[in-house]
Amino acid sequence: MAYAAGVDVGSTQTKAVIVDEDQRIVGRTIIDTGANVVTAAEKAFQAALKESSIPELEVQYVVGTGYGRYKVTFGNSQVTEISCHARGAVHLFPGTRTVLDMGGQDTKAIRVRPNGEVIDFSMNDKCAAGTGRFLQAAAYALEIPLAELGPTALRAEKAVPITTTCTVFAESEVLSWLGRGKKIDEILLGVHRSIGTRSMALLRRVGIEEEVTFTGGVTRNQGMVEVINQMLGFKVNVSEESHLMGALGAALFALDRIMNSRVPVSAREEVS
Amino acid sequence: MTPDKKAGQESIVGRGSREGARLFREWFQRLSGAAERGEPTAYVFVMGSIAEVLNAFGFNLVFPEISSLQTAVRRVAHEYLTVAEDYGYSPDVCGYVKADVGVQLRNGEHPMGRIPKPTLSILTNACNTYMKWGEIWERWYGNATFALDSPGARSANLHTQPGDQDFENDRKYVEFQLRELITLCEQLTGTQFDIDKLRETMQYTNDMSAAWKRVLELNRSAPAPFNALNEGTVYLGVANALRGKKEGSEFFRDLVEEMEFKSRNRIGTLTEEKYRLTFVGVPCYPIFRRFYDLFAEWGGTFVNSTYLKFASGGLNLGYQYDLNRPLESLAEGTLLSLRHAMDSMFFQNQDLVDEVDEFHVDGIVYHPIKSCRTVSTGLADNRRAVMAARDIATLFIESDMMDKRVVSEAQMKNRIDAFFEGLATRKLHAAAAA
Repeated sequence: MAYAAGVDVGSTQTKAVIVDEDQRIVGRTIIDTGANVVTAAEKAFQAALKESSIPELEVQYVVGTGYGRYKVTFGNSQVTEISCHARGAVHLFPGTRTVLDMGGQDTKAIRVRPNGEVIDFSMNDKCAAGTGRFLQAAAYALEIPLAELGPTALRAEKAVPITTTCTVFAESEVLSWLGRGKKIDEILLGVHRSIGTRSMALLRRVGIEEEVTFTGGVTRNQGMVEVINQMLGFKVNVSEESHLMGALGAALFALDRIMNSRVPVSAREEVS
Repeated sequence: MTPDKKAGQESIVGRGSREGARLFREWFQRLSGAAERGEPTAYVFVMGSIAEVLNAFGFNLVFPEISSLQTAVRRVAHEYLTVAEDYGYSPDVCGYVKADVGVQLRNGEHPMGRIPKPTLSILTNACNTYMKWGEIWERWYGNATFALDSPGARSANLHTQPGDQDFENDRKYVEFQLRELITLCEQLTGTQFDIDKLRETMQYTNDMSAAWKRVLELNRSAPAPFNALNEGTVYLGVANALRGKKEGSEFFRDLVEEMEFKSRNRIGTLTEEKYRLTFVGVPCYPIFRRFYDLFAEWGGTFVNSTYLKFASGGLNLGYQYDLNRPLESLAEGTLLSLRHAMDSMFFQNQDLVDEVDEFHVDGIVYHPIKSCRTVSTGLADNRRAVMAARDIATLFIESDMMDKRVVSEAQMKNRIDAFFEGLATRKLHAAAAA
């Protein structure tokens, strides 16, 4: 049995996935990236190996992805997270035509063909507004654990409008609403809607076609999922693996290489 | 490779880039001399320089857009932008304007020499910023300002055309303005207009224009003889700075020879050309070389660029002046070329679609820039139109032509890498389906 791995080194968290020849996930892990990106990649990979009980030598190919993809020093090649999220999403939800990936610093909208080929993509530019970082800023300002953000927001009956487009200024805006006596759940719903609105703009840029698959760390926030569903007017695909989608896509590209598939691991290899 | 071919290759290949850089340095040296001697100098823009009239009167020509972008290429733009912003200009004002303001506030000091002050500035309506920019110099120096109004409907395919009465009216309107400019130049220089001098400089432009058209067409060859983004920009600089000059004409004569040699012998600008690309917009000058590398390391070559059309003032049309009726023809050529330059910015989508086949293009890269609304507004719409017309891969990356503060290299690389991954997948799927 051959095994392949994908390691997604993101700005906030590092994810690793190991798949077998039948494209089944046999190992997975999520750790905080921290300051040492190289170490984070290694730790995540080792943790996934441990979970799978597979010896490292049996993993024949590793693809690095995410902003730290070139820091996966034990990796065989690199693929961008745009291609990886698209690949992972189409693998888990074959009807996927649009992907919304919301991570720590990036939000991406990706249009894909049925075969997983990326048609078009759009990302937030030079600013972390509309990403997980925006939620972190709100959590910090309101002194609420990240895990509580979504459930708290869902309790609100109406939303306070959050108008700033700057993650740094969002904190002051949240505090100013608190000072004016607004309820925390209403402020949080406003924060979620603000992010949702920016995500919709990215999605509209590439064109929204069903099914839409939601990926990235923010998918663990049920409040965000609900807001996206409401704004789209239909339900997005979400699974337990959504947070790992980039690493899963990377592992599938790695498996392609092992299985000598026609789908490329990365054209980068051809020029390096 | 035969000995003859090798010898020819060593002497010809790369000559355009080397000579272009030399001519550019010499041009700036002449400008430095003009600044010291206080010689008559005209500030002109790449879209509608009317260099032929100014050459006939012996004006030195300063292209403020080129002076500004050179500060970015030489990685000192931030110094000039800061001078302008400290003076009170907003970070959102055109970077070309601000770098020039910085140069002026530093009394002409420029990394390539010294920029003389203007005797005259020529503005056109090809870019709305030109007009406001000219007002700055007028206010500071009290120099003469001449605004050329290029008439015609600003709508695709609704232009007046040669042979129509409406076109003749437009042409006469431009000719009348050119005659006013000639009178103004006579007043400023104290020199009587010499129509034979005008004919001489127009002949040089004719030679250059025909050559520029030929050079661009030769990049249909595979592999492409030159990269439109970096080598093309060097040629473009000469096309502007030395338009209507003997040395400019000779440079382009030699450039055609080089490109024909490379095309004939299948010598590409890249060792291995994998993807043929079109560039839409203005280059990312703050990381000019690195920007090129981000594509070249994937085997991507820019085989053409809208920049080489609009920023050459429509020289790519290959329009030939009729020297038997110089003023009438100059008006006609100015009108047609300037209109074409503007269309190359605003209505280029059909040209881009056509060039996909003509140049065997694999993908189109759109590069809107923060500094320039004129060039960037409409690119998103243009891209949608192209993608609706053809199943072609496109990339939309935003940065700036001058301001490194808004150039995020890591994000840019991520997008470019994803673009090439998509191109690679497309090629494999196409090959599998064939």
